[in-house]
Amino acid sequence: MNAMITNVPLTSIVTFLPLAGALLLIFVRGESVRAVRAVALAVSLLTFALSLLLFFGFDGKSGLPEFVEHAPWLGRGLDYHVGVDGISLFLVLLAAFLTPLALLSSWRAVDDRVKEFSFFMLVLETGMIGVFVSLNLFLFYVLWEAMLIPMYFLIGIWGGRRRIYATMKFVLFTMFGSLLMLVGIFVLYSAYHRATGGFSLAISDLAGLGLSPALQTWLFLAFGLAFAVKVPLFPLHTWLPDAHVEAPAAGSVLLAAVLLKMGAYGFLRLGIPLFPQAAASFAPALSILAVIGIVYGGLMALVQKDMKSLVAYSSVSHMGLIMLAVFSLNFVATEGALDQMLSHGLSTGALFLCVGILYERTHTRLIKDYGGAAARMPVFAAIFLVVLLSSAGLPGLNGFVGEILCFFGIFTSNKVLAAFGVSTVILSAAYLLWLYRRVMHGPLRDPDGLLRDVDRRELACLVPIVVLIFLMGLFPGAILRKMDASVSRYLDSLRTKAPVSLTWKPAARKAIPARISGDAAGPAQLDGRLER
Amino acid sequence: MAELFWLIPLIPGASALLLVLFGAKLSRRWVAWQACSAVFLSFLLSSAAFAHLVRLPPGAPGLTKTLFAWISSGPFTSPIAFAFDHLTAVMTLVVTGVGLLIHVYSTAYMAEDRSHARYFAHLNLFTFFMLVLVMASDLVLMFVGWEGVGLCSYLLIGFWFERPAAAKAGMKAFVVNRVGDAAFILGILFLLANVGGSSFSLINKAAGGGLLPSGLMTLVAILLFIGATGKSAQIPLYVWLPDAMEGPTPVSALIHAATMVTAGVYMVCRLSGLYAASGPASTVVAWIGAATALFAAAMALVQNDIKKVLAYSTISQIGYMFLGCGVGAYAAGMFHLVTHAFFKSLLFLAAGSVIHALAGEQDMRRMGGLRKHLPVTFPVFLVGALAISGVPFLSGFFSKDAILTGAFAGGQYALWGAGLLGAVLTAFYMFRLVYMTFYGKERTAMEPGHSIHESPRAMTIPLVILAAFSALAGYVGLPVFFGEKADLFGRYLASSVKSGSPHLAVPTEGLLVLLATASALLGIALAFVFYRRTPALPSRLASRFPGVYRLLVGKYYIDEVYDAVVVRPLVRGAEKVYERFDLKVIDGALNGSAAAAGLAGKGLNFLQSGLVRDYALAFLIGAITFLGFLLL
Repeated sequence: MNAMITNVPLTSIVTFLPLAGALLLIFVRGESVRAVRAVALAVSLLTFALSLLLFFGFDGKSGLPEFVEHAPWLGRGLDYHVGVDGISLFLVLLAAFLTPLALLSSWRAVDDRVKEFSFFMLVLETGMIGVFVSLNLFLFYVLWEAMLIPMYFLIGIWGGRRRIYATMKFVLFTMFGSLLMLVGIFVLYSAYHRATGGFSLAISDLAGLGLSPALQTWLFLAFGLAFAVKVPLFPLHTWLPDAHVEAPAAGSVLLAAVLLKMGAYGFLRLGIPLFPQAAASFAPALSILAVIGIVYGGLMALVQKDMKSLVAYSSVSHMGLIMLAVFSLNFVATEGALDQMLSHGLSTGALFLCVGILYERTHTRLIKDYGGAAARMPVFAAIFLVVLLSSAGLPGLNGFVGEILCFFGIFTSNKVLAAFGVSTVILSAAYLLWLYRRVMHGPLRDPDGLLRDVDRRELACLVPIVVLIFLMGLFPGAILRKMDASVSRYLDSLRTKAPVSLTWKPAARKAIPARISGDAAGPAQLDGRLER
Repeated sequence: MAELFWLIPLIPGASALLLVLFGAKLSRRWVAWQACSAVFLSFLLSSAAFAHLVRLPPGAPGLTKTLFAWISSGPFTSPIAFAFDHLTAVMTLVVTGVGLLIHVYSTAYMAEDRSHARYFAHLNLFTFFMLVLVMASDLVLMFVGWEGVGLCSYLLIGFWFERPAAAKAGMKAFVVNRVGDAAFILGILFLLANVGGSSFSLINKAAGGGLLPSGLMTLVAILLFIGATGKSAQIPLYVWLPDAMEGPTPVSALIHAATMVTAGVYMVCRLSGLYAASGPASTVVAWIGAATALFAAAMALVQNDIKKVLAYSTISQIGYMFLGCGVGAYAAGMFHLVTHAFFKSLLFLAAGSVIHALAGEQDMRRMGGLRKHLPVTFPVFLVGALAISGVPFLSGFFSKDAILTGAFAGGQYALWGAGLLGAVLTAFYMFRLVYMTFYGKERTAMEPGHSIHESPRAMTIPLVILAAFSALAGYVGLPVFFGEKADLFGRYLASSVKSGSPHLAVPTEGLLVLLATASALLGIALAFVFYRRTPALPSRLASRFPGVYRLLVGKYYIDEVYDAVVVRPLVRGAEKVYERFDLKVIDGALNGSAAAAGLAGKGLNFLQSGLVRDYALAFLIGAITFLGFLLL
């Protein structure tokens, strides 16, 4: 690692630079919209540039957090403790990558109270990155909750007609989950104190507590509910379409791309490692909910009339696949889930950008108001198609890599669930291409001549994502290799703490003597699957 | 040269990328030249690699090249690796050779189109993915090409996307294919989990060595074959192909006749070790193939759209190929794939020339007597029609005979009989087409001032070349009574695919050839009687058997059945669930329980005040309480 990098608190800088930028905005005159926008964009771009240093500096061989900063804060275990490992690194990058694009995308859509808007976007960025880098449960919780505030304002002020209803729903749903998590944190805090006599909320300390199964069950439920709402897992998903439909496009982008990932991340970072036995016993139930989510979300997406709620339901479906992979508790599934989280972040973020671009022109999100737009918007048509295909998991694009790894990982744990999961291949093609056919193909419906092709600013929003869609699809190794050690460590920790079977159907797979691959990776497959 | 074989797909791929990015800025001439040159270069490289391959000593492995490790995670590894063996060589030569001719033809056919550059970009992109499909050394990479050609098919069927029918047909093709692909993916997963990899050599070795449980092999083979029924338009997933005729005619020739739709046959041959090891799966393949061959041929009998006749004919002919593979005559299946690529692309392109001459007319009831006006198109069409009908000494005769002989030699007399009946139908609907289009009274409804004209040379030269191959390609695979070594094609492929059934005695085989010839001639004779000598006969027959006629014209109502049984219940059901369950039950329950959770009455009103400061206050109180609790 570069010596220069290690001496600088890079994690903190990446986390809090956006907040500093937000504070800086207070001193920019709100009337000079251009200056506000320029400052906000510059800060977020700088944050992204610095996050790239994390990526290139990240070694990833040990599987432990790197760029760790640890300092006493409020005392008694409530420390400031941050760092990135192979599980969190790319989510940090995702948030840092998409925030400037979301800001740029709103340059025309948001012209009311631009200063406040930019302020909340930057605060939101700090909140998002902070959640991912937190290594202390207290810090995690504070940022997890704090993140609600900017999102609340973003939807509540710059949202659509039913924005108040959607905001309240979003906040109530999330708060309800979080409250239970808070109680859980209290319990963990005192359990640690009883067990060791000391005080700590460091995630690594809490993971070694060896809680009783009964306690694990209650705590898993308390944490799990907060995460399941965020994912969102069926049947807790109904806040999502409302929030998405009412949110401004930039808010939808970050909501879908990053905030939903926090649910899955919560399970990977806390829910499963802290309470492995409870997680294993709940895995069947959660897997079934995830499978229902895949099929149900896909079918609901098929019949939506509003483009944004179509994309929202597609997220329910895609996140279902990710959760199914997470609860398959094996190496390939976990890496697949992580990769799919990034892919979904990119493609769904881009889908919301595309919908936003159409909405800006016509001020309608209803599919039936469109038709044949490809004739007027050929460049947009091409980009939109790439984004759709990425979401539908076309091989060669990013979505396929995560999807096939998820499928394989799920399959090695449970073939039946995998078969249901694979149905997403059909459903996603159906609802996405049907959307495309109705909006972009057919006779032109543009009575007022509103449709024009993307301009340079819009291209600057979309092209970086399209490039990444291809790069991640063709060279996924650059990402997967940095995850390997952390994912192994995560799974190893589950195994040592939970000697009992973690897969819930151990008889699912008989040893077949015909493994003729003979390559070194062969046995690792079994090791990774935690079933012995 | 040969070691550069991995560039074969990449050249059209690079050309496609350039055309996508800069096509709008390039001149039409440049676009056309670049697109054709890219495929021509690939063709040259394929030829060089092929020449290298045939000079290798027997038993030597083909060319392989691993470009990089693509997806790898724990035990899941999938490299980008190409292989070039005898079987691949056949496919690459067909794809680049026929592909080149169709590119050239397109330069004239699409010269006036508004989206000229987009067309050639997609055509190059298709060539790229098709070559990836056939050169992949493992199933996952094959799947990349498999889906990629599906995408290009979608793009090119819906090329004239302003037309609702075209947009709909494109989407239908993609979604129906995805149904097959879901099964295909499951098949891949079974192999990956149980074989430890997806490379073809590994799978065939494992299957051939008896290392896999037979139930598993059957399951995998059938799952992969379900994928093939999508891509290769077999029962039950063939329904997208007739609609695919909405695309430009050269696209129908390249993608929906010569290359992409035969990918399923190639896949089965590629995994002939697996299919040969699974009797039940092979039986399924053979019977689905035979059933499709008859079922589709019957529909072709009553179509009036010239392209639809050819589309059903394609479905039917691919059924023959699967029939061959299913009875173990893999080389015969491949042989028919090759000859079909020639004569079917010839028929499509010639039909395109007819359509071109009639300014877009596709209904054969408004054609007739065209042989005088189209001095090149007519004879080459005739060659194609004779070849597909299995008239002796043209290519289709030899390849169809190889399949039927294979079925007979394998003791599958019912399948053989089905094939023979199919041959009668094939000859009948082809010559029905010939008589309706080129003979009889002129029924064209041309606007005055627009004369029927032969197509330009960029279109007719490819036609003549394809006609030559359609006539002569059969001589690489002669039946056994020309000598033990007469089957050059079968011997050539012996190192790549499982060899077929035992040879028959010369007199038996002679008898089979006579029967096949007789059935072809019978079909032609019937068509002559029906459509040349007594033209009133078809309508008399139709009114005599109205049920049968309606069933055939209605395409057995399979589209309607799928719509009523699958599509509409799914969409209607989802709509109901959305309105009555998602919005009312789930959302209602959650909203209700949120209210019940201590936020009822005034509390809820307070929270719904919408005033942000109220929420901020609540949050602050919460945070202070939390901090206080922890610090005390």
